[in-house]
Amino acid sequence: MTFSVLAGLKKFNIPHKFEVKNIYEYYAKWIREGKLKVNSDWNKDLKIKFTVQDPCQIVRKSYGDPIAEDLRYVVKTVVGEENFIEMTPNRSNNYCCGGGGGFLQSGYKKARLEFGRLKDNQIQATGADYCVAGCHNCHAQIHELSEHYGGGYQVVHLWTIICLALGILGENEREYLGEDLKEVAVYGA
Amino acid sequence: MSENVVKLSSKHKSKFMHKVMELLPEGGNLNLCLTCGACSSGCPATGLDGMDPRKFLRMAALGLDDEILKSDWAWMCTMCQRCIYVCPMEIDIPQLVYHVRASWPREERPKGILGSCDMALKNDSCSAMGASPEDFTFVVEDVLEEYRELQPEFKDMQAPIDKQGAFFLLNQNSREPVTEPDEMVPLWKILHIVAADWTYGSKGWGGENYCMFLADNEAWEHITRTAAKQADDLGCKVFLNTE
Ligand code: SF4
Ligand code: SF4
Repeated sequence: MTFSVLAGLKKFNIPHKFEVKNIYEYYAKWIREGKLKVNSDWNKDLKIKFTVQDPCQIVRKSYGDPIAEDLRYVVKTVVGEENFIEMTPNRSNNYCCGGGGGFLQSGYKKARLEFGRLKDNQIQATGADYCVAGCHNCHAQIHELSEHYGGGYQVVHLWTIICLALGILGENEREYLGEDLKEVAVYGA
Repeated sequence: MSENVVKLSSKHKSKFMHKVMELLPEGGNLNLCLTCGACSSGCPATGLDGMDPRKFLRMAALGLDDEILKSDWAWMCTMCQRCIYVCPMEIDIPQLVYHVRASWPREERPKGILGSCDMALKNDSCSAMGASPEDFTFVVEDVLEEYRELQPEFKDMQAPIDKQGAFFLLNQNSREPVTEPDEMVPLWKILHIVAADWTYGSKGWGGENYCMFLADNEAWEHITRTAAKQADDLGCKVFLNTE
């Protein structure tokens, strides 16, 4: 995970020759350079709404607002600017979803769901059908929040919607898409 | 400065406060609290186990170390750092939380986190689900072959492991290879389309790190060193995280 590597290299003074980066930055770069030719045509008529979770580990704790902007640029490009809804607060000021810090593994389930109430309220207030969660802990926690509090929103990885927009997402790569998107632009169909 | 400013009491020496203050430049600002409550009002863990970040800090400042250790709250704060972000004095409460976690006897820390960290120490993968380098290689090659055959546009797609000199070293959360391997494919496709020069490493490929959450410094360092050595041994320029 970005933060554990960055913080670990520093904390333990580990000499190294590489740079530590997060893939959001590259998704945005590849789109800007025209290497990833994505657009939101698939969602023009469907108008499915998306919001985005800013993962604490990547945004606030590692690269700050610039990477949050990259994340938005990618999401808006693939779902359409008009179909993107911010939750508030956001970017570096975002609330943790409650999946981080080992909470998912720690056994304090009741406390964890209570922690996540704020996040669930935020997502439900956007009215979005999907929450993009780039990090696995967020993904698992928000998924559970949606079920627990009955919000009914879906949670997707960024790579899923990028491939959907590229028309290269096969039918077995749609684990986290809801019924509304299971059959949209299926590769090979 | 208000008269509510928490001062370190000379009578009640707090081990936690001193530990954190020794470790951080400017003492993590721990003794500069204005008790304004900005941290607590924006913290999702406020109220859990009857605790909140301001109270936690104040208890440490007052030397109530035993009471702090009796509470499970250190495991309910996710160390998300939002409190630092909103604090006028940038006080590092999560660092305090980290040291409280580290003060629990290792075997008494939450089993799930402990188990995931121990799994990561089992072999060179550093995978919290215990998958070995061989398991990982097998799954990656198997899934790749399947998709190359089924999806003609991707017949030349690559998912290299230990490719010397690749630009990117990509890590991978264990959840995909272990429980939902098809979910690795969309990312491979993107990397294929942009013609990225990338590789996984057979060592240290596990993207998750529960040893950090367990506050086990030695294990966290081991995992970071394993991953860093793999990247440098392969000569990769960028260590690329998906999360
Ligand atoms: S926000 Fe900072 S100054 Fe205010 S109470 Fe919290 S720790 Fe103290
Ligand atoms: S780091 Fe802990 S105390 Fe600070 S805002 Fe996050 S959960 Fe609350």
